[in-house]
Amino acid sequence: MIVFAIYALIFITSFVVVKTLARKAMTDYTALKTVTFGDESAVRPNRIASVISVLTIFLLWGAFTGSKLVPSMLHAPGPFMGDASFNYTAEAEGVAPDDATVTVRVFEVGTDVQPPEIAPGSGWAKNDVDTVGAWRSGLIRVDKNDEYGRDVGHTVTAVNGQPIAPGGEVMTEFGRVGMSPKGTLNFEPAKGWQMEPIWLPPPEAVVARLVEIANEGYRDSTLWEHLGWSLFRVIVGFFFGALVGIPLGYAMGLSDWFRGWFDPIVEFMRPVPPLALIPLVIIWAGIGELGKIILLFLAALWIMAIAARAGVSGVAISKVHAAYSLGASKWQIMRHVIVPNSLPEIFTGARVAMGVCWGTVVAAELVAAEKGAGMMIMVASKFQLTDIVIMGIILIGLIGFGIDILMRLAEKALVPWKGRI
Amino acid sequence: MRGLTIENLSMRFDLPDGGSVQALKDVSLTLQQGELLSVLGPSGCGKTTLLNIVAGFLAPTEGQIVLNGHPVTGPDAERGMVFQQGALFEWMDVRSNVSFGPRMAGKKEAEWAQTVDHLLDVVGLRDFKEKAVYELSGGMQQRVALARCLANDPDVILMDEPLGALDALTREKMQSLVLKLWKETGKTIILITHSVEEALLLGERLLVMAPRPGRIHTEYRLPFADLGVGQDLREVKKHLDFASKREEILSMIWDMEEEIMGRTEEA
Ligand SMILES: Nc1ncnc2c1ncn2[C@@H]1O[C@H](COP(=O)(O)OP(=O)(O)OP(=O)(O)O)[C@@H](O)[C@H]1O
Ligand SMILES: [Mg+2]
Repeated sequence: MIVFAIYALIFITSFVVVKTLARKAMTDYTALKTVTFGDESAVRPNRIASVISVLTIFLLWGAFTGSKLVPSMLHAPGPFMGDASFNYTAEAEGVAPDDATVTVRVFEVGTDVQPPEIAPGSGWAKNDVDTVGAWRSGLIRVDKNDEYGRDVGHTVTAVNGQPIAPGGEVMTEFGRVGMSPKGTLNFEPAKGWQMEPIWLPPPEAVVARLVEIANEGYRDSTLWEHLGWSLFRVIVGFFFGALVGIPLGYAMGLSDWFRGWFDPIVEFMRPVPPLALIPLVIIWAGIGELGKIILLFLAALWIMAIAARAGVSGVAISKVHAAYSLGASKWQIMRHVIVPNSLPEIFTGARVAMGVCWGTVVAAELVAAEKGAGMMIMVASKFQLTDIVIMGIILIGLIGFGIDILMRLAEKALVPWKGRI
Repeated sequence: MRGLTIENLSMRFDLPDGGSVQALKDVSLTLQQGELLSVLGPSGCGKTTLLNIVAGFLAPTEGQIVLNGHPVTGPDAERGMVFQQGALFEWMDVRSNVSFGPRMAGKKEAEWAQTVDHLLDVVGLRDFKEKAVYELSGGMQQRVALARCLANDPDVILMDEPLGALDALTREKMQSLVLKLWKETGKTIILITHSVEEALLLGERLLVMAPRPGRIHTEYRLPFADLGVGQDLREVKKHLDFASKREEILSMIWDMEEEIMGRTEEA
């Protein structure tokens, strides 16, 4: 919750600050438009906002994971670490109540720890020591070293002077002391606001993982092999999907028989998410490369067929008529009018198909694979290797984004007339 | 016999709701090679339908078209078409658009280069031949369409409101260009327009059509097209005859429109 509040705060403050500072800087045509609210073309992404947005995400990520990349004054309060202590008051049959101190050394999980040394103290209740990992909790059997044990009715009645009963709790400056139904104390050191690395590692840990995996690989394959395999599957699946889908779409756009025959199939298959086909493809083709490529082929096929069909139906009839009365044959009309005219639609379809294929390949690899980006994060998640999972997600996102950019560049180069007719 | 004959043409569109529209009824007409015919008429009187049948895009329900002695059965390079707009190929530059016909006929560049470049000169687009068509203005695009049609050397040129989308000034220049090309090339031209002035200026013969069913209402033979060749069209418009013909035709079309309105009000 607090994270969203901070996020919203940064959003609003940077908006106000940037808008007041940058008001005068813009003088181009769009800046001179007086009606911008409602004029979609006048709304261009504010690049300053984009930069701040990305920085904010990393800042929050760093601040709430205690990252070394973020100055420590900006860190959210971390978990308590060091020696915590609290008093307890114990009663036993036939003796007066007595006090003793518990000292708990809270350590960073994964490092070696020695219990603190402490004098036993006076009275029949003796001082206790224990260790608890940060973000964890530990049972503390304070009666163990006391002179009167549970056999003579040892019960803890108060912590730091505040009464406590089974099921109750007392908050101390170091954290929560609870009591189990059986009367055993349970110490939970204060967690602070930061995330534990097993839930969310700091950015530098993710980068370190990236370097490590890039150098040493993961699960018998290098990082590039994992990503390369995912990409390879997408490209092969998309290639065959386009190879079959585009001619199919053309046929559907040009022949009533093809249109009638394939319409029910295409219209039925289109809304079926490719992920729903995974089980069937596994049954039919196994979990190997073939199965994945078939899956991606199917994912791309319908999208490309529909795009090509739309491309054909989008030909202005006057263009076709003009070509006929210039003496073109059917084949020439296909080659010189219908195909080029459908390219914009096909490119749009290809961009969508590539996106869907990339998402599908990762999902398919989550289910079963020996190599691949999805497999990498799936295996890592089983071992709670959150840094690898996050690294994988970031890489998957970057590659998906990269694919889209490449498609857009290709589109610009190959169909410059798109949207200008 | 060289020329275009339209014989007893009728066209009925059957509508999905069971009714039908008689778009053309018993239209007959003979054009000599090299005649320039302009067609006027209220909206929906079947002008586009007539042109589409002559072009071969539609088969008539009755009657036939005969060109140079043989019947028309489909589109062909002998009948070129200039559309109102949007019929250029955006994926080709200006020169490739203009040379489309010869290229499709399998001619080599050496065979068509001279004609195409000459036509680009004539329509004043010599400096734009490498440009993409979507970079041109509307008037330039229509000049490309005209040149593309001429480069294919058709016997008949069919134009459906070719200048309808242009501003008045560009339109006037294009009208002069059409007249000039008509005289120079001796093509048979059918030109549909909504502008009475344009029909008078460009029509050696002028056809006024009437709607429901679409039919020929009145035919004129006019001197203005010949006068307009090589002359300022504004001078032609000052002709007394021109003004009176314009009034006559305008009121004729007005009467038709009113009749349509009256009929729909009754219905
Ligand atoms: N494909 C079609 N199906 C049904 N009716 C049609 C079809 N094409 C044209 N019509 C009808 O035929 C009649 C003539 O249409 P047409 O397009 O030839 O008119 P027009 O004279 O060119 O009109 P405008 O001046 O508005 O272009 C109209 O009533 C129209 O509704
Ligand atoms: Mg029309």
